[in-house]
Amino acid sequence: MDLGRLSEINPWCYALKSVAGEARAPVRLYADAELLRGMDAKVLEQIANVARLPGLVGAAMTMPDAHWGYGFPIGGVAAFDAEAGGILSAGGVGFDISCGIRCLRSNLDLPTLAPRLERLADQLFRAIPAGVGEEGKIKLSPGELDQVMRGGARWALAQGYGTESDLEYIEEQGCVAGAEPAAVSELAKRRQRGEMGTLGSGNHYLEIQVVERIYDAQAAAAYGLALGQVLVSIHCGSRGLGHQVGTDYLVTLAKAAGRLGLHLPDRELACAPIKSPEGQQYLGAMNAAINIALANRQILTHLARAAFAEVLPDAKLETLYDVSHNTCKAETHAVECKPRLLYVHRKGATRAFGPGHPALPERYRGVGQPVIIGGSMGTGSWILAGNPEEQNGAYASASHGAGRAMSRHQALRNWNGRELIHALAADGILIRTRSMRGAAEEAPGAYKDVDLVAAATEKAGLARRVALLRPKACIKG
Amino acid sequence: MHASYDYFEHGADMGIVGRGGRIEEAFEQAAAAMFAIMADPGQIRPETTVAIEFEESDAELALVTWLNLLLGEARSRTLILGRFRLHRGGASPKGTFPSSGIETCGTHWSGTAEGEPWRSDLERGVEVKGATLTQLAVKQQDGIWEARCVVDV
Repeated sequence: MDLGRLSEINPWCYALKSVAGEARAPVRLYADAELLRGMDAKVLEQIANVARLPGLVGAAMTMPDAHWGYGFPIGGVAAFDAEAGGILSAGGVGFDISCGIRCLRSNLDLPTLAPRLERLADQLFRAIPAGVGEEGKIKLSPGELDQVMRGGARWALAQGYGTESDLEYIEEQGCVAGAEPAAVSELAKRRQRGEMGTLGSGNHYLEIQVVERIYDAQAAAAYGLALGQVLVSIHCGSRGLGHQVGTDYLVTLAKAAGRLGLHLPDRELACAPIKSPEGQQYLGAMNAAINIALANRQILTHLARAAFAEVLPDAKLETLYDVSHNTCKAETHAVECKPRLLYVHRKGATRAFGPGHPALPERYRGVGQPVIIGGSMGTGSWILAGNPEEQNGAYASASHGAGRAMSRHQALRNWNGRELIHALAADGILIRTRSMRGAAEEAPGAYKDVDLVAAATEKAGLARRVALLRPKACIKG
Repeated sequence: MHASYDYFEHGADMGIVGRGGRIEEAFEQAAAAMFAIMADPGQIRPETTVAIEFEESDAELALVTWLNLLLGEARSRTLILGRFRLHRGGASPKGTFPSSGIETCGTHWSGTAEGEPWRSDLERGVEVKGATLTQLAVKQQDGIWEARCVVDV
């Protein structure tokens, strides 16, 4: 990215310079100069396009892990006001609606885990359906699927997947309101029939991790984290149903935008006014997909617990937090000192509520929401804590992952999946996957330096670092 | 002209390109490119046939609709697909596709795809979640049709 088009607000936040005659809202890029230089120029083009959408409140923003997406950049944040003609954009949410990370803390430490790690990785690989073409054991009737779309993780809990205490540590306590199964196509429902309790493919994973370093002792204590403690992170989303909702509404909203005379600088920004029939239908379908994702991660949590119990019968896995990073949520934020209801699109960005926020569980209210930045097999992952909005400035949003640094094709040219898995094993990281191609595409070197992303997230005031996690085993989709 | 497919770079996902002497052929090749991301086409047996039918007057939206219907059918039936046939016909008003200026000659699309249920010995690639509108283009140049878009993986 050419930094010449940017003006520095501070070393961790830059603005896109205005061009005479250009009609758009402000653009803010949260990152340091090093991360910005490594970003594709398309990120700037895409976020500038977002800044031209109607009803945008404040600036269109990117997080430190931003990279080229479709319509919206990945790592993009934008908030819209329904009363000001604001829009809902399917491209602003993404295909994998409510993709996110569930982090579980265990009562195990590394010395207990180490002698059983290989067996545990094999057991998890058997228990968790992962990769393209893999189905889960749960087959739902159309009526049951409607119940999942309305009930989310609460539905899963009612079926015996998990414990009551999980719900408190999931965004919206495991179930978003406003789901409309009738707004979800029959094809989307058919796609989900065999996919409940599956991990998926691409960058999705289930990872066993160990706390390597603690940066914020107070927040770590609140989150129940200690040095050497074993954690499990599950990264996945709304599976086939969410993908099809994204697909269906991309075309529906693209046509609606044309009909309603909305000028789209990029067709992929397909959107409709929040108050339009199409906007409301998308909202209902997207909320249904969010609940599918929440239920899916709840079921995977149950499967992971069962696998741990087989190998380490005394293991206990508690939900630390479950946070989505592909959503649009109606939230109240202070705008010019006044509360305003906004529809906050986070495309590859994590919600990061600060201390005292009423949506947080009491245990975390003093320190802020856990923000989970996922790694890439060989590198670390991070847990951060949300900051007050006076510090955050991005509608309580933060980074979500390392962010790709190179294309999948380039990664395939650079790495061989089998060799990569052997190299990681030599470093003490076990990989279990059915796809050697997937392993190569997801090589740690294909991603940005996650430590730089976490540091920039902290310096920009978006969230503060709490703990660094190192991978020990990874089940890849 | 020998029909073929290829890929182009995208930062996070993958760009697919199908080429052929007819627009339908270019679409068939785009589908082949997309499913080749998930499995080696040479290993896919033509045991089951899936039928696809839709109406679309916009050539570019027709491409993403074709690809996404194939993905939807494959995923809902746990199939991997490898051979594709597409036909275009039906009465349509004379004019041009709004997005590309391409002359219309039929807005009814019907096609088939052959493949098989996933088997354990089939080497897995990576799952494609959907065909996107990003870098979506359908055009004809020097008698060759080209259909391209980015697919989300």
